[in-house]
Amino acid sequence: MQTTGKKKLGVSGLLGKLVRQQMFIPLAALLLLALFNLIVDPGFFQVSLGYNNAGNPVLSGYLITILDYGSELAILAIGMTLVTAASGGQDISVGAAIAISGSVILRVLCGRDSRPETLQAPIIVAFLVACVVAMLFGAFNGALVAYFRIQPMVATLILYTAGRSIAAWINNNELPIISEPSFAYFGGYIPGIPVPTPFFLALICMIIIAIVLRMTNLRLYTQAVGINESSSRLNGLNPELIKVLSFVILGLCVAVAGLIKVSRLSTINYSVVAKDIEMDAILAVALGGNPLGGGKFNMTASIIGAYVIQFLTTTLYKLNVQSDALPAYKAVVVIVLVVLSAPTVKDYFAGLGKKLKSQSMSKEVG
Amino acid sequence: MNETAVLLKMRGIYKSFPGVRALQNVDFTLHSGEIHALMGENGAGKSTLIKVLTGVYGKDEGEVYLEDKPVTIHSPQDAQKVGISTVYQEITLCPNLSVAENMFIGRTSGIGQNWKKMNEDAGRILQSLDIPAKATQQLGSCSIAVQQMVAIARAVDMDCKVLILDEPTSSLDEQEVEKLFKLMRSLKEKGVGIIFVTHFLEQVYEVCDKITVLRDGKLVGEYVIEDLPRVQLVAKMLGKEMDDLADIKGDQPTFERKEGDLPVFEAEGLQSNAGIKPFNFHIDKGEVNGFTGLLGSGRSECVRAIFGADRIIGGTVKKHGKPVKISKPLDAMKNGIAYLPEDRKVDGIVGDLSVRDNIILAAQLLRGFFRPFTKAEANQFADEYIKLLSIKTASADTPIKSLSGGNQQKVILARWLMTHPEYLILDEPTRGIDIGTKVDIQKLVLKLASEGTSVTFISSEMDEMLRTCSRLIVMRDRRVVGELSGEELSQAMIMNTIAGGDK
Repeated sequence: MQTTGKKKLGVSGLLGKLVRQQMFIPLAALLLLALFNLIVDPGFFQVSLGYNNAGNPVLSGYLITILDYGSELAILAIGMTLVTAASGGQDISVGAAIAISGSVILRVLCGRDSRPETLQAPIIVAFLVACVVAMLFGAFNGALVAYFRIQPMVATLILYTAGRSIAAWINNNELPIISEPSFAYFGGYIPGIPVPTPFFLALICMIIIAIVLRMTNLRLYTQAVGINESSSRLNGLNPELIKVLSFVILGLCVAVAGLIKVSRLSTINYSVVAKDIEMDAILAVALGGNPLGGGKFNMTASIIGAYVIQFLTTTLYKLNVQSDALPAYKAVVVIVLVVLSAPTVKDYFAGLGKKLKSQSMSKEVG
Repeated sequence: MNETAVLLKMRGIYKSFPGVRALQNVDFTLHSGEIHALMGENGAGKSTLIKVLTGVYGKDEGEVYLEDKPVTIHSPQDAQKVGISTVYQEITLCPNLSVAENMFIGRTSGIGQNWKKMNEDAGRILQSLDIPAKATQQLGSCSIAVQQMVAIARAVDMDCKVLILDEPTSSLDEQEVEKLFKLMRSLKEKGVGIIFVTHFLEQVYEVCDKITVLRDGKLVGEYVIEDLPRVQLVAKMLGKEMDDLADIKGDQPTFERKEGDLPVFEAEGLQSNAGIKPFNFHIDKGEVNGFTGLLGSGRSECVRAIFGADRIIGGTVKKHGKPVKISKPLDAMKNGIAYLPEDRKVDGIVGDLSVRDNIILAAQLLRGFFRPFTKAEANQFADEYIKLLSIKTASADTPIKSLSGGNQQKVILARWLMTHPEYLILDEPTRGIDIGTKVDIQKLVLKLASEGTSVTFISSEMDEMLRTCSRLIVMRDRRVVGELSGEELSQAMIMNTIAGGDK
């Protein structure tokens, strides 16, 4: 969301500037992945309009899958970006927290019966309860980080470990199943609209965060606290509150992701739902070029980063990579991306650009 | 003076950063057994030259010769290997490690480490240099002055040929400075070449043999100390003839106070958890007063208590005679108090944020979370204050950390001026700042006071305090021991009070 200078520069100068730009890495990665798929199989980009079991029009294709699943990640990346910026650490309990909020939604919808004929409460009520619960857990994490000064990863390790058990406990370890078709809309399709609903939910989240960042000082405060807590305090900020706030916002994002997750299956698998999603969310933030040590952040870059991560995952699935082997392949790509976005490498490229420039100039002279 | 061997030669050094040409064709020569002052205003390129020499920055062009052999230095480790050691302006040690660990970190060979021997060695060095610290003590628990001396001890111990001292004295009191000078002279005897960067003219003339002056990244010249009187040195640094620093107090009319006006701010028995004794304090409208005392006497702790920066554990506070509650900085800010902290790097700047964001930060806080300045407003304010205080920056978008120390300080000052405070507290605003900016800040203080702002001014330089303040509160061992005003304001009287003179 930072504006680029509109100065006219030479090609090599432009290259240097481009490489320095925070958006460069996620966009370049996206381009590379797209190019790779184009060469291997152009069919990757095919999108077709079909009808699902209920007879509603739906779009399908790999790109739609990316849009669908990448949206969950994008929602989480919003919160994770703020947590990273404010606390200088990451929340690794996101997957477990999704299990909890999903479980809460099911519990409220089912009431006492685990296979209800009709919903015991409106979906919106269930969702709001899940929001409150997820925000409370966020506040718990935030308080550990802000007031007890525990490293974010260590603090959230508690919920990471306990979260899925708590989720199972909420439903007495039963597996509730929702038969109400309208509940499936959130993780699937709304009748008549061929684009998957998670995308719209992500869009709403993005619009809300864009408005919040514009209408409030969230960006300035978060960045100031992340960069220099001590001077923030002397300027009248309450660094603890800002940190807790960032975790609470992440909690809200978790609740939305939880809704999508349980809606997809109309049930929940406590030990598997949203497994390892926190790592992808953290990767999205890193891929967006945001310093993981906190401070300045670029929300747009994180969101693009999220879709790029999903693009990568989907590409690997498409290549029939075994799901067990998936993380290993992902790791290789991640290493390349992270190394590319390291400041030293960026400086090297910028230097290379400069060299090219001076060479071409000396050629002109000679 | 007999010519000794040339130890270090730098020729035609160029270095630029985006938007700034930090060094242009700079030459520098250091002989062995010489203490060589590197002088210049903030942003003149002193620190950059040092960082190029020590491999922190790569140079764009130029050559470096050590004992007539060309050397290439890519990193501080390289510099250390060839015998160039540095003590930087800001302490760059690890506060959470012990003193001994800090002295030997990064210098051990092999994988083993004999901790006992290390601690013993460190203890011996500390003792020989008369540094009041234990080898096993955690560095962070030492005072800043002691930390600085440990940094010097570390550098000295590394068999260096060239020792660079970048503003080592800015946080030391006079006795400690004396100790350091003694150390420098004994190193000089041994043939070490010392590059001494400082803003204190007195110190230069006390200890140095030669002076190299830089201005705006260019070399002005190299001079033997006897050939360059102070006035000329100042003129060379500023690039113009300086009018006398001395009498600025008379420049501004003093603020006319009405009879029966209550003090702007009043504290009774104020006490914080930072270990100061309860103290009473008041300041009138348009008054400039100051806290004075030795380093660690509790000057900063007092003003921090006034601002609510430390936890308040006792006392009452009144504003214009009405009791108010100040328990955190925001309370103080809402009551029209502004505080420029002592440690610019830790408490002042928000490093990665732009100059603009740093300027608007405090005013923005007062405005509230839901009412951000628009981009246009923020830009307008930033430009206004950049111009007003003539802050040298490439643009308002430049991260503040890439500015020189003096300009960073001006940004922090701008931040507080923007809140239009009734009562402005300046804690060491001129530390590590060149003379030009110093005078600017002093003049600004008097101007603000003449317009009705109350100012509390703290400085380690006594003549600066005498120039600006009309009343001084003297502190010793964390308690207020006296108050001086009018005729009593003199160096001798302050010294006497600090020392606990015989009344």
